[in-house]
Order: sequence, then structure tokens, then C-alpha cells
Amino acid sequence: MGRLFAVEIIYRGIFQKTLAKNISRGIVLAAHQAGKPGISFGRYSDSPERNGIPAKSFAIVGTDQETLERGMAKYEPKEVDITITVDDTLCKGVESWAWYGLQPVNKLLKQGGTLIVTSRETPEALISMAHRKEYPYQLCIVKGTVSFSGLWVYKDDHSDVRILGTIARILPELFTLDSLKKVIQDEWHDAVKVSSAERAYERFTSTTVRPNQGNPETPYKFDLPKWHEMGEGVAIPSIPTGKQIEDPGTHAMGGYRPDRNPTFKKFSTRTMRPVVDFDTCIKCTLCWLQCPDTCFDVTPDGLYDANMQACCGCGVCEAVCPVPNCVTMINETEFRDNSSQWEAWKKDKSGYKTWLQQKIESRPERSHGFRYRGQYKEQIPEMLEIAREG
Amino acid sequence: MAQMVETLEQQHKTDETALITGSEAIAVACKLADVDVITAYPIRPYDTVMQYVSKLVSHGELDCEYIVAEGEHSQFEIVKHASAVGARVFCGSSGVGWMYAMEALTVTPALRIPMVAMVGNRALDDPGAFGVEHNDALTVRDLGWMLVWVDTAQEALDTALIAYRVAEDRRIFLPCAISCDGAFLTHSQALVKIPAQEKVNEFLPRYNRGDLLLHPDNPITVAPQVNEDWVMEIRRQNYAAMERTTAVIKEAYADFERIFGRSYGNPFFEEYMTEDADIVLMGMGTLSIPMKVAIRQMRKEGKKIGFVRLRWFRPFPAEALAKSLGRFKAVGVVDRDYSFGSPYMSGVVTHEVRTALYSAPGPKPPVLCFICGLGGREVTLPDITRMTESVYQAAEGKAQPLTQWIGLRE
Ligand code: SF4
Ligand code: SF4
Repeated sequence: MGRLFAVEIIYRGIFQKTLAKNISRGIVLAAHQAGKPGISFGRYSDSPERNGIPAKSFAIVGTDQETLERGMAKYEPKEVDITITVDDTLCKGVESWAWYGLQPVNKLLKQGGTLIVTSRETPEALISMAHRKEYPYQLCIVKGTVSFSGLWVYKDDHSDVRILGTIARILPELFTLDSLKKVIQDEWHDAVKVSSAERAYERFTSTTVRPNQGNPETPYKFDLPKWHEMGEGVAIPSIPTGKQIEDPGTHAMGGYRPDRNPTFKKFSTRTMRPVVDFDTCIKCTLCWLQCPDTCFDVTPDGLYDANMQACCGCGVCEAVCPVPNCVTMINETEFRDNSSQWEAWKKDKSGYKTWLQQKIESRPERSHGFRYRGQYKEQIPEMLEIAREG
Repeated sequence: MAQMVETLEQQHKTDETALITGSEAIAVACKLADVDVITAYPIRPYDTVMQYVSKLVSHGELDCEYIVAEGEHSQFEIVKHASAVGARVFCGSSGVGWMYAMEALTVTPALRIPMVAMVGNRALDDPGAFGVEHNDALTVRDLGWMLVWVDTAQEALDTALIAYRVAEDRRIFLPCAISCDGAFLTHSQALVKIPAQEKVNEFLPRYNRGDLLLHPDNPITVAPQVNEDWVMEIRRQNYAAMERTTAVIKEAYADFERIFGRSYGNPFFEEYMTEDADIVLMGMGTLSIPMKVAIRQMRKEGKKIGFVRLRWFRPFPAEALAKSLGRFKAVGVVDRDYSFGSPYMSGVVTHEVRTALYSAPGPKPPVLCFICGLGGREVTLPDITRMTESVYQAAEGKAQPLTQWIGLRE
């Protein structure tokens, strides 16, 4: 019986679709250089897919056709040799649909498999975001700014070929660096991309993640209902209307918190989240009105608290808030929980202020695709420089 | 320059390999067939074809009229008319998009339009899922459409070329829909051999509408209003055309093999490990992959089981299939479709198989129906094992439910 290889690429819908496809295609084409058949396909997403929602591409390769078919017979691989996540915030987990639960980023990794992450974070930071696994695995960081673009385009910062070069090093049985170089030349006709792949191959380092390392939480999950338990006529219960909120200090009830989808937590759908300065908020209601996901809980004291059970990280609240620096979008990698900012502020206002300043000061540049014309041209040299430095 | 011309000529003659999806393979077939008019309207998973077609057009690789209509009904109407004036046409849709075109779909075979369409099979709404079910394409099964199911991107490309050849044959002039399972085929990139243009040119003559060409030089009127005196005769003509398809399909596959050097064996259905089989399972489309894997596994356990993959649903190969199935002790048909309220509540393919066997002269093994893999659900090894066990019971003469739902949360 031949050997079956499986690689998954976890990416942000729309923004990284082409990047993910480049990687899965590259894998299949490089393996084909040595005569191994393979297929590349996407799951939980499609065109149009949804902005930022985690999606997956897979590459499966067999040493022969029958072995490949063993892999193709499944909806998607049940275990993989390599998991790639092209956005480090996905280390917190993957929740693509309601009812899907939070899937640990390393869930499908085989024992001794490798998690490749594009990131500028340290291994320790990424390990603390990912859930614990019962056996050890390798973590490999491809150092770089996370590559975000639009649906049909890819910001050609070489993230694709650098990851492919890393795979050639980790799993030479899948494809060799020479095979990869040939494929890159054939597909992209770009010698600089070939050298980026080579450099990634040479600079490879990895860290062993042991079972006692990582986020100890048990990820939430749901059991799908049986056919006779479901509402007939494709009817589902609506989300109940909300309730008042208790003030943690005075225990007075007031304000309004809409109930949220109990089976879709959205903790992993965002790459950024807003932090709110309650001391400068003028209670203008704009964030509450404009948020597309009804995230803002109205507090008993008339403030607006972005609830992380609903936030998709779109940045609209930051854009509409009339008070300078009152709402600031911060990279999701800076957070380890989803608790209420307003409650923290209520309990310790000066502590909250310090926390807020820290978050804002270390605010890394992050964007969804295009923000203004010419942005790519500005960003690519910088991203390539980071890539070159490794 | 001389060298460049030589390279182009060389390209014209040699096959290439590309990593493309089933949808992209169909688009490549459109390019090779030099289709004149293509209409599009987006719906998943069919839209992957239009995306690739528009790419080919914008890259200058395909020279055609590419029209994005305002809905599926117009989409199919436009190519119907284009075909009537002599254009080779391509069209396609999925799920409820195909249903929205229904009126256009019914008039197309009546007017003897050799339209080739791709159906990216998708569950009908509601609940608006993207996964595969075959009910969409099957809705036209009585109307004069030829219907074929494929299971790989390679077969999608090859079958599209064959479809043009058969549909545009003057003896036929009927539309043909190629069904590709949503996601499993439309969205999976596999390595596909792209045949050289020269071979395609040899295989596929230009579309010649001949006596039916709507043109000032050939003054005819198409589709005048008629009364009761005319309808039966018109239907009888389509019956005759459909009757002729079997022979023309056989010819086309034989020529395909001669020119492309690739053989599909029996064009109508593929048999896998059936030579010594006691029982067989049957189905259409990409179901073949988990089936073949499971059968290889079960064969190791000593179970003599085979698989029959039906390619052409219209024309339905009743005689040949009944003869083949008569060899086995029992048959299990896996329907990726449903037909609520039909005899024994079985699926569409099961009904056709039972009908084919009932009137056949040979033995009539029991036929069980398994409704499975709806909405793109994975057909797992335990599912297939369960079906196999039931078919074995039926083979031993033990009564089994005629329709069973497999892989359901119950
Ligand atoms: S970023 Fe702001 S506006 Fe956007 S979903 Fe989150 S809270 Fe709402
Ligand atoms: S938009 Fe800014 S100022 Fe207005 S309520 Fe929201 S946080 Fe306060």
C-alpha cells in the first residue's frame, strides 16, 4: 500500500483565497514532478466566500493513483502531515459555520506533524494561542506580515513560495526543493520567487510543542440534531430577544444586551477587535447603530461595549466613532480571552486605562485587503524585506 | 519568428497536462471545441465554469461571444437562438438556477437545438446548501435532453467534446447536459491531459445546422403555434431522434478512442470488479471514488462485490444494463436523489434500473434503493458496508426494505 500525504491550508475567506490556492496547487504540481498524483481542493468556502471567515484548502497526494483515491474518498482529510495557517490569529481555532464548534488549529495534525504559521510573533505567543494536543508536534514560523488581499488577487509578497520552500524541507518525501524550483519557474516565470523559496528552505527552524503546552481550554462544540428533532419546513428557532445587564459594582439592572447565536460564537472570525475608551466616549450611539453585527451591548450607564461573541472585526466602529482614539482596532493576537471591556473598566478604571494604553501602543499595522489605491505598491517592498531578513 | 511558429505548431499537435478543476476542464473543452456563443449567469457551483471561460476570453485564448444574462431563463434562451442560426453554443447552471431556466429547457429539445450544457449538480433549495444532489439535472429527464454523469475532471473534458459530437450530429440535434458533482468535481483540481487541438479538430466537425439553419438564404420559420393535429407527430420525431442516440454515442466513443488514444470501454456504464462479483452496488458521478476504495477494502475481506457506474442516464442503456445486472444475485442502487411518493419511495435511478430489469428477458435480481450522500454528505466506508450487508441479505432471499436512508442522523 502506498503512502498518502495530506496538507491543509487554513486561511481567511476572500482575503487569502488566492494565496491558499497558490500553495495547494504548488504542492500538487511539485509532487507531480516526481510522478506522484494529487488533487487540490477547497472546503467550507466558495466564491463568493465570506470576508474573513476561516476556510480551508487541501492538497492530497498519493504515491500511486489507488492510494490517492483513498484520500479522495473522504469529504476532507481526517488527519494531515502539515497544517498551514496563513494568518496567525487562526492559531486560536477555526469556526467556519454555526454548529461547527471551535476546531483547534492543530486538530488534524498527525503525531510529529508540523504546523506552519505566517507570523511576526514568537513561538511562545503562538503556542499559547493554540489548543493543547495530546501528542507533540512541530511549530514552524515563516516570518512575515500576514498577507491579505482581495478575492481575485494576491499580494505577491512571496508568502506562497516561502511556505512551499518550507514544506520541501519538512517533508522531502512529498516533493524536493528541485521539483519545487522547477514548478515555481514554470508557473510564475520569476527567478526571485525561486530564490525566496530556496531561502525559506535554508532558514527553516522549528520548535517542538509538547502536550503540556498551549491553551488548556476545552474548545466548545455542539451535537447536530437528528432528523426528527429538527423543525419541519426548514424552520429554526429565532434567537431570543435580549435582557438587561447587571452593573458589576452596584448590581443595578439596566441597558440592553441582545441574545447572540448560541451555536456560532465567532471568536475566531476576526483578525482585529475594537478596544473602547469608556472615559472619552460621548455616548453618541454611532458605533451601536453602524456595527453590522449588532455587537454593542448597551450598558446600564449608557455606554457601548463591543461583545466579542458577535464581533467580526470589520473596523466600522473605529471608522464611525467621532472621538479621536476612543475606538481603536487592535490585532487579535494581542488578546487571550473574550471578556467584557466595560466590566473590566467598571471594576478598575485606572487598571483599564493602563491596559488600554498598552494595547493601543503596541497596535500593529493590519488591514483587510485594499484600503486605498496604491496600498499594495507601498506594502510589498516592506513585506519582502521582512521576508528577506527571515 | 520561424521558431515561434514552429513552437505554436508543435503545441497544436501535442497533448499537455494541467492542474484544473472539473469546471475548468469543461471550459477548456469549450476552448478546444471553439464554441461561438457562451452565456452565463452565476450560481454555485456552476459559476466556476463561467469564471474560467471569462478568463480564457480575456486572455485571448477563446474567441467567442460571452454574454452574461440577467437570469438563467434568458441565459438558456439566448444560446437556443444562437444555435438556431448556426452557432456552436455552451451554457450551464446548478440547482435552482437550472430550475429557473425550466421553460427554456423544455423548448430546447423540441426545437432540436444541440445545446451542450454543464450542470454543476447542487441540492435544490431550500435549504440553500451547495453540496451535490442529482435532482436538478434529473428534472429534464423526460423532455428529450441527453444526460450524462462524469466522475473525473478528465472525463468532464472528454465527455464535453463527445457531447458536441453527438448533439450536433444531424441524426440527433438534441441538447446534452453534462452533470458534474458540485464541490467533489467542480471544485477539485486534478491533473488533466488536454488533448492537442489537431486531434480535437479531427474528432469534432464544425456544427452544420443544414436544412434547419435559420437564415435568410434558407427561409424557414421555427416554432409556429400549432393545434392538436400536430403535437403527437412532433413528439414522435423527438422519440425517433432519441432512439438514434445510442448508436451515435457508440460511434463517437469509438472515434474518440481512435483519435485520442484513450478508451472509456462501454460508453454507457463503467463496471468495476464485476467479473466474479456476487452482488453489485450502482450509482452515478463521483460516488465512484468512495465506492471503489470501499470495494477494494471489502474484497480483501473476501467479499465478492463490484460497482457499476452509470454514465449515460439519457439515453438509458436499459437492455445492456439489464443484461449485465442479470449476472448478479442482488443489486443496490445508491441514489444521490429522491423521488418522494414514487413507487416504494425509491430514488430516480433505482426506478429506472427496476424498469429496465422488469421487461428484460433474463434473470431479475432484487434491486434495493439506498438514498445516500444527499447535499454532498460524505459516503463513508461504514455506510457502504451497511449497504453491502443489506444487499447480501437480499441476495440470500431475505426480505429487505426496498428503500433505505443511509448516513442520516437518526
Ligand atoms: S469591529 Fe466594530 S463594527 Fe465591526 S463587528 Fe466588531 S464591533 Fe461591530
Ligand atoms: S461611536 Fe464612539 S463616542 Fe459614540 S458611542 Fe460609540 S464609542 Fe462612544
